[in-house]
Amino acid sequence: MDDVVISTLAATLRMATPLIFCAMAGLFSERSGVIDIGLEGKMLAGAFAAATVAAETGSPMLALFAAVIVAILLSLVHGFACITHRGDQVVSGVAVNITAAGLTVVLGHAWYGRGGNTPDLAPEKRFMPVSLPGADALRDVPIIGPIYANIISGHSILTYAAVTLVPLVWFVLYRTRFGLRLRAVGEAPAVVDTAGISVVRLRYSAVMLAGLLCGVAGAFLSISQNAAFQKEMTAGRGFIALAAMIFGKWRPWPAFFACLLFGFLDAIAIRLQGVSVPGIGHVPVPLIQALPYIFTVVLLAGFIGKAIAPKAIGLPYIKER
Amino acid sequence: MPPVPTGPDQAIETAAASDPVNSGQMPPPAIELIGINKRFGAVQANRDVSLRIEKGRIHGIIGENGAGKSTLMSIVYGFYEADSGAIEIGGKPVTIRSSADAIAAGIGMMHQHFMLVDSFTVLENVMLGAEGGALLKEGAGKARAELMRLAQEFGLSVDPDARVGDLPVGDQQRVEILKALFRHCAILILDEPTGVLTPQETDQLFRILRALTARGVTVLLITHKLKEVLAITDHVTVMRAGQVVADRRTADTNANDLAELMVGRKVRLELEKSIANPQAAELTVEHLSLVDDRGVKRLNDLNFSLQAGEIVGIAGVSGNGQSELLEVLAGIRAPSSGSLRIGAATISATQPGDPATMRQLGLAHVPEDRHRLGLVTGFPAWESAALGYQRDADLGGRFLLNRAAMTARCESMMQDFDVRPPQPQLGSSKFSGGNQQKLILAREMACQPRILIVGQPTRGVDIGAIEFIHREIVTLRDRGVAILLVSVELDEILALADRILVMNQGRIVGEIAGDQADERQLGLMMTGSADQQAVAS
Repeated sequence: MDDVVISTLAATLRMATPLIFCAMAGLFSERSGVIDIGLEGKMLAGAFAAATVAAETGSPMLALFAAVIVAILLSLVHGFACITHRGDQVVSGVAVNITAAGLTVVLGHAWYGRGGNTPDLAPEKRFMPVSLPGADALRDVPIIGPIYANIISGHSILTYAAVTLVPLVWFVLYRTRFGLRLRAVGEAPAVVDTAGISVVRLRYSAVMLAGLLCGVAGAFLSISQNAAFQKEMTAGRGFIALAAMIFGKWRPWPAFFACLLFGFLDAIAIRLQGVSVPGIGHVPVPLIQALPYIFTVVLLAGFIGKAIAPKAIGLPYIKER
Repeated sequence: MPPVPTGPDQAIETAAASDPVNSGQMPPPAIELIGINKRFGAVQANRDVSLRIEKGRIHGIIGENGAGKSTLMSIVYGFYEADSGAIEIGGKPVTIRSSADAIAAGIGMMHQHFMLVDSFTVLENVMLGAEGGALLKEGAGKARAELMRLAQEFGLSVDPDARVGDLPVGDQQRVEILKALFRHCAILILDEPTGVLTPQETDQLFRILRALTARGVTVLLITHKLKEVLAITDHVTVMRAGQVVADRRTADTNANDLAELMVGRKVRLELEKSIANPQAAELTVEHLSLVDDRGVKRLNDLNFSLQAGEIVGIAGVSGNGQSELLEVLAGIRAPSSGSLRIGAATISATQPGDPATMRQLGLAHVPEDRHRLGLVTGFPAWESAALGYQRDADLGGRFLLNRAAMTARCESMMQDFDVRPPQPQLGSSKFSGGNQQKLILAREMACQPRILIVGQPTRGVDIGAIEFIHREIVTLRDRGVAILLVSVELDEILALADRILVMNQGRIVGEIAGDQADERQLGLMMTGSADQQAVAS
């Protein structure tokens, strides 16, 4: 198989990893009726926390843990504003994004003085690509060999976690009591309340789960895909994940495939840099980098069809009077 | 029959005083409320309410909108907490702080607006909150079996895998009852359960309720429909302005007695109406159809005409195209095909109208949802009273509004239609439903329309105002206005309409002369089951 195709597909999976985590995060939050425009901010804060803790302690596991905690704390802020105080969910999400963008740079400056970046991490402080068993043995088998050895094998453990996450989210959502209640509270919170279940507790759990997954996404960016935190390194991935989730109509598998599609666009953008395209010539780098975003807009505007959002999304639950 | 107290300041009778049986050696009541008080801001929604309900009975609670019935039941169901007072179940005091407490105490409630998740299946809805384990699988099997058993025992069969949003309202209501039974409720509260049902479905519901009481379930029926209270309850409590004003054995009372207790003064329940004298057609509807955004045909080839000096009633179960018909006639939505003619003007898919043109053509519209389409709740009354007529020359014309003229117009409307309080500066939301409706009616009648389209004129309106609104509509008819009345209240249609068209799934399935119609027949037609035979000329 063509080398270009293989490396592009491998890159697709890598680029899709943070999107998958964030899309599943958004899915939990929004299925419970809480809009989560703050995926971006939580991921960014998680990335920063992971990079700092990895730099200070040298343990990627501790770094991951720190990223998760920080992102959950931010999600609690969002929950406090939107669930407890019934604030506007979009405004609160924007606030989370701005806070994270500002705070990470300020703290980075104060602690490391490298223009907001954190120190470069040695490989043992990061989640490095792992070879799956038998990858080397199978490498020379035609067709299956390169697919297994070069596309499926050789990713960070977090990428495998992202892929396993999807069926897990599906199972939780559709096969467990928690999932049933979660879906119900996003559709009709009054029904959940009259069934004797706490709307507030359910929504907080959902929002915290979203924080957890965003934290993992952030850690992937700063200590797996990259070797340090750079300011604004999420670069809109949180929003693209949100778009993927909406594109997938708030369902795990379609959202996953949307993430792969966006990851693929990202991979192609990387591949096309500096390449002369027949009939067009050299494509300017900024245009290529903008490609996934342009596609997002086009897809969302034209192809999403009738996405039916959870009915109570964006609405704080107020007992009627 | 006990003496009927009259006047608004009559003494409050307690349950014990009016029901001597209770003072003897009786088993403890199924549920007893003692001195319940609840205040929302300045409004005392419940004032010292005491109530005693015997086990295995059907107990009615009636009262007008805002009498405090729903608040009281919300307290019993743990939706609100009472400011003071106590609740005893089976003679033992209980504390109900949340719906979970209420469910645990054996209370089930069927809310006026169904508490169902539309996108869930029947099974999922029934299980929600009583799943029987962290994984759904084990509980689902048991729930399915239990549903089968309940279906057999009570004749409540519903397909457990059907999506609730796809079910007709009658079936949705069964799901609500199943939910309560699934949780083994001993006390079932029904809040205005028959508002969306056909007479046949109501009969069926009542049969189910009787079957429940035969098995020892206690039923509390909250309603404003006197007929139903008289038909099914054993005992009835009347509430007015947050208080219990009377407690009667149903056998010892009658409709006039109860209406008077509810309103606090004498009420005339029958409407006097002369025979209609229809003139030339004002509005002609031909092959009118409407397809909505989702591709569903909401109106299907409607043909009818509306003549000056008659009231045409559109009967039907809510959601069968009546709302869409109102919107098309009022110019809010354009028809997908077909046309409507008013005088020389034609409105069709290619020549859509808008509400302003319709008004110019002499068509006034009283919308069915007054909060959404009738007035702006945040506006003071004088502004709401000018909506749609703000271009009138005497209100200022094109650019600036003449505030004094608007206020004066509103004042005269309030006087003519007895809107209380007659204060144009008061916020529109501060008026009761009946007074809001009177103001809208006044606004729409003020421009001397030749056609009046009225949707649900008395929804959420108290008895006194209903009386007034009905009389105004008849007066308008006698003045030669063509009136189309859409209502889900069959009594209203029967009282007012000279000619009745029945709608089912977007079609007109029958037409009956108003004086020949009866409730049963209309009910059958509304379900679409007996349309062929029932169509009379």
